[in-house]
Amino acid sequence: MEAATQTAPAPRKLRRLERAAIAGVMSREVANFRTYWKGTTFSSVMEPLVYLLAFGLGLSATLVDEVNGVPYIEFVGTGMVATAVIFSSALPSMFGTFVKHRFQNTYDAILAAPVDVEELVSAEMLWIATRSGTYGCVPLLVTIAFGLDPAWGMLLTPLFCFVTALGFSGFGVAMAATVAKIDQFNYVTALFVTPLFLVAGTFFPIDGLPEWAQVAAQVNPLHQLVELVRGGAFGFEWQDTLRFAFLVAFAAITWRVAIHQMHKRLID
Amino acid sequence: MAAIELRDVVKTFGPITAVDGLDLEVPEGICLGLLGPNGAGKSTTMRLLTGQAIADSGRLRVLGYELPAEAKTARGQMGVVPQLDNLDVDVTVEDNLAIFARLYRVPDVGAAIEKALAIARLQERRHDAVDELSGGMRRRLLLARGLVHEPRLVLLDEPTVGLDPQIRTELWTLIGELKARGTTILMSTHYIEEAERLADEVAVMHEGKIISRGRPVELITEHAGRQTAEVYGPPDRLAEARAEAEAQGLSVRPAGPAIAIVGSERADGLVPDDAVVRAASLEDVFVLLTGEEAD
Repeated sequence: MEAATQTAPAPRKLRRLERAAIAGVMSREVANFRTYWKGTTFSSVMEPLVYLLAFGLGLSATLVDEVNGVPYIEFVGTGMVATAVIFSSALPSMFGTFVKHRFQNTYDAILAAPVDVEELVSAEMLWIATRSGTYGCVPLLVTIAFGLDPAWGMLLTPLFCFVTALGFSGFGVAMAATVAKIDQFNYVTALFVTPLFLVAGTFFPIDGLPEWAQVAAQVNPLHQLVELVRGGAFGFEWQDTLRFAFLVAFAAITWRVAIHQMHKRLID
Repeated sequence: MAAIELRDVVKTFGPITAVDGLDLEVPEGICLGLLGPNGAGKSTTMRLLTGQAIADSGRLRVLGYELPAEAKTARGQMGVVPQLDNLDVDVTVEDNLAIFARLYRVPDVGAAIEKALAIARLQERRHDAVDELSGGMRRRLLLARGLVHEPRLVLLDEPTVGLDPQIRTELWTLIGELKARGTTILMSTHYIEEAERLADEVAVMHEGKIISRGRPVELITEHAGRQTAEVYGPPDRLAEARAEAEAQGLSVRPAGPAIAIVGSERADGLVPDDAVVRAASLEDVFVLLTGEEAD
């Protein structure tokens, strides 16, 4: 074995939320992502394409021509951004966190290094949000290919997707730290993910729903994202500032809840 | 300064007391073997030392840092080699090391990887995914990953559990080299031979406490004397031999199909002629103190 030659840095007291710790955890995700990015990217492009063909072209050719003056394919295409975000953030964070904790013992390894639960959860959320923020833009690009006119406001879509995905990745991590068995995710999906996805205003406008559902939709982060993306494509309104603030608050709350739940799960 | 100081540490999980008033001091530069049967509290002690478990009471200091408050800073200067393989299997050998070099804030990641690859003797396999490595290579990589930042203190949690003898010997060589560098090592194990070969001192842990501690030879002399006589035969004969030995105040323990009369040099004409007399061992001490069969 070689003798130690490298000069170790002088020990210093480590602070909370150190950038090096967060970057280190994210570098692990990047290294793993390099091994499976092709499949993920393929499905992220194909899924919105299939949805657009099925709903956008299929329904617009037979049942719906326009919604609120917007061609139906563009209405669905902009809404699909939210679908891409929830499916590329909530689900990977739920299953990924559970598998890394329960089956791969990854978190035991990371927490044996100078990384704490707050940094671990923050890094996991940031990585998923970065990925989801990127993939969330794909439906918009596909819709542009189907005829949607590009607009400057669309440049904010990655930011909207990132913040929403941050919230949903926090939600997923918190769920993964709460359930006892992986099959309990079926309840989470049925009770939360699917309803949020269906009443986000992706496929039909919220104002056609009963009043109680319209009120409920206002606390659905996906609905707020849909409205923001459509704002970027067709023109913002003053309420969009509140919508964005709501998404930031959603991300902040799920971040703290995820840290709390993971701390309970990982630290005996 | 001691590398590890635990004072009256208690850790419970519901009704189970995993660590029960543990006192443990590990001076810098030695290899201490924490020897105990399954469930003795060894792994919980390791988790307490990394801050992955929080003690109910007691005082913990590692490398001069108070735990759990300064656990993160302490972890920066210690390396942990876990019992379970938790490498990233789809990622290359080199990337596995790079990730941990970054987590440990190593200033020159490239140089650290080269040294770790040399330790693991995996330079030729650096670009291979971990999935493609043999079991022995994976274990060597796991050890090298824990050393990538040249820690002052290394925690080895059952480093060779479940490995075949050849891989175990390979690991022992690497741990021996680490010892020779003067790194402080705390190694939990339930393998007697491992503790005997590698540890400068052995602490026998049972039901959450250290029940005896010393250099292996001291422990043997103190608890088992010089000789052990193994008596073979039918159950009636073994029962008779046991009763006679115990009547003379000698310790007797089961040893597979035989009984072992520990400290048989003090047995006044008791040892049958056909008994196998051998030098007393750490295994005798372990079984006498814990009442558990040794691996």
